[in-house]
Amino acid sequence: MYRPCGTFDQTYRQTMAIVRTRKHWVLTFLGLASLMAMPLFLSGRVLHFVNLVGISMIAAQGLNLLTGFAGQISLGQSAFMAVGAYSSAILTVHLHVPFYLAIPAASIIAGLVGVVFGAPSLRIKGFYLAMATLAAQFIIPWLVMNVRTDLTGGSSSMLVPSPRLGGLVLNTQQSIFYLIIPLACLTVFLVTNLTRSRIGRAFLSVRDNDLAAEMMGISLLRYKLLAFFICSLFAGLAGALWAYWMRAISPDQFNLMESIWFLGMIIVGGMGSVVGVAFGVVFIKLFDIVITLFSPSLTVFMSPQLAQDTAAGLSPFVFGLVILVFLILEPRGLAHRWEIAKAYFRLWPFKY
Amino acid sequence: MYFMQFLLNGILIGGLYALLALGIVLVYKATRVFNFALGEMLALGAFILYTFMKVLHFPIWLALPCSVAVIMLIGLGIERCTLRPLIGQPILSAIMATLALSLMIRGAILFFWGSPIVSYPQRLMPARATVFGDIYLANELIWTFIVSLACFASLLLFFRFSKSGLFMRATAEGHDTAQATGINVEHVFAVTWAIAALVAGIGGIMLGNRFGIGVTTLPVMAIKAFPAVLFGGLESVTGAIVGGLVIGIIESLVGGYINPQLSEITPYIVLLMILLIRPEGLFGLRRIERI
Repeated sequence: MYRPCGTFDQTYRQTMAIVRTRKHWVLTFLGLASLMAMPLFLSGRVLHFVNLVGISMIAAQGLNLLTGFAGQISLGQSAFMAVGAYSSAILTVHLHVPFYLAIPAASIIAGLVGVVFGAPSLRIKGFYLAMATLAAQFIIPWLVMNVRTDLTGGSSSMLVPSPRLGGLVLNTQQSIFYLIIPLACLTVFLVTNLTRSRIGRAFLSVRDNDLAAEMMGISLLRYKLLAFFICSLFAGLAGALWAYWMRAISPDQFNLMESIWFLGMIIVGGMGSVVGVAFGVVFIKLFDIVITLFSPSLTVFMSPQLAQDTAAGLSPFVFGLVILVFLILEPRGLAHRWEIAKAYFRLWPFKY
Repeated sequence: MYFMQFLLNGILIGGLYALLALGIVLVYKATRVFNFALGEMLALGAFILYTFMKVLHFPIWLALPCSVAVIMLIGLGIERCTLRPLIGQPILSAIMATLALSLMIRGAILFFWGSPIVSYPQRLMPARATVFGDIYLANELIWTFIVSLACFASLLLFFRFSKSGLFMRATAEGHDTAQATGINVEHVFAVTWAIAALVAGIGGIMLGNRFGIGVTTLPVMAIKAFPAVLFGGLESVTGAIVGGLVIGIIESLVGGYINPQLSEITPYIVLLMILLIRPEGLFGLRRIERI
């Protein structure tokens, strides 16, 4: 890690610390406290956005572990989210399992499904692997739609009751915020720590050259499957939260487009950077909101039908453009810009 | 004789998958990029022809070459603006670039043509079915199959005998080596994308005639052609043909005998099995990796 001149670590504890100085601690607590206080001040619409960012954050961080750190490409993240969403919904609706048990169970189920579809990664890579995960993206929603439709509701939407804890029902944006956001924060914390551990370093070496990694004693079987398991675990967590948050789930909420959005988020943010992905999620979601807010004003310039088509086309077009621009002009993503900005302010008024 | 009916239907559809798979294999062989935007390029081709015929009132013999020329120009533009800056980047960049492209083309189509499914003002070919005994075959599918065959033949001749074809084969062997022998590899990339766009345009025009021109109807067909590519192996033209036919036949038989719904994902189930048994596809190159 980059440290300014004159800052030394004298113990391993210091080197490993995420929060390093007293100022840092104060900022962390203030940040967390103001995050937790958000529902007291903000309206339901803004909180809706914050909750959406929280859920996407969990799924994107999971995908970043798989794609950014372990180097395995997955086009099926939203399918694994579907597994989590439908598992938790079935557990809640048909088996009456409380949500605090259903969420971990759904995450683990999604993780295991991820391992099944990740198994080909042991023999294939690159485009072939992308296609294998693309197969998951088509097969899983198809299974939801056509197999045991008495449980899943088929292609129509399945209603999920709000999570309740004793007399407390989490049925508003304000209350479910306290379920989603702490879990999102926990995810970011866990992922940060995981990437600094033995597992994280093994992922990095598998990404850089899996053959060399295996020769140095890293079991590809274990770490590739582990990467798929953790990635889908977080996808399942995100999916379960999505189910409780939306309260109505259907297979078309988990389409290929959503998976591409997640990949776009980690590219815009910066692959293999936890902070970067956090930026990427917020950036992409903000972009989406801006376009959604902007498009009704198109009716001023053109006929309603034309405005509707333009608005429908604007979102994929701009999103594709953003990904391309980042790929070509800033492949290291917002994380790199963030580092540059930090260095600038740390060194100011000097250049270097 | 349902079996023959399903089999022949499968072969006819499979010919089309093979053509689409060929479009992907071409680009992959020369540039090492898997073109996920193929589906949207199909739709674009069909919409351009639709515009020439409906809006500009071109007669069909003029509209066809014009729209093919336009789609080839678009292919050149795509290569120049998006893929050339990404030469040498990791594989995920190539995947994301074409996925982003597919989103942009989809957005552009919604922009210009909207979401309703339209059809050509004039049929490109007679719509009646041809009857052999008990077997009914849609004329459009037969024509599509014939055009696909013609495309195959001309492309194979192009690779075998033209100078550009020779350069493309050399580039497929290795970019550095090709460059060292004086081949302008970037130029080859451009030609490749133009040809791939041409294939996509022809495929889209044929498919638009059969399934209706819409931003949802045509990309679905390409998504079904993806497994055909991997079935045969990414580097193999023969593989594309065999893969397309096999996927088409299996899909048709499964749809006919087991469950019509199941046929939607059959290509992907076949794909997963193939990837587990022969990871490089039937005719693909087995990569020898060095560190």
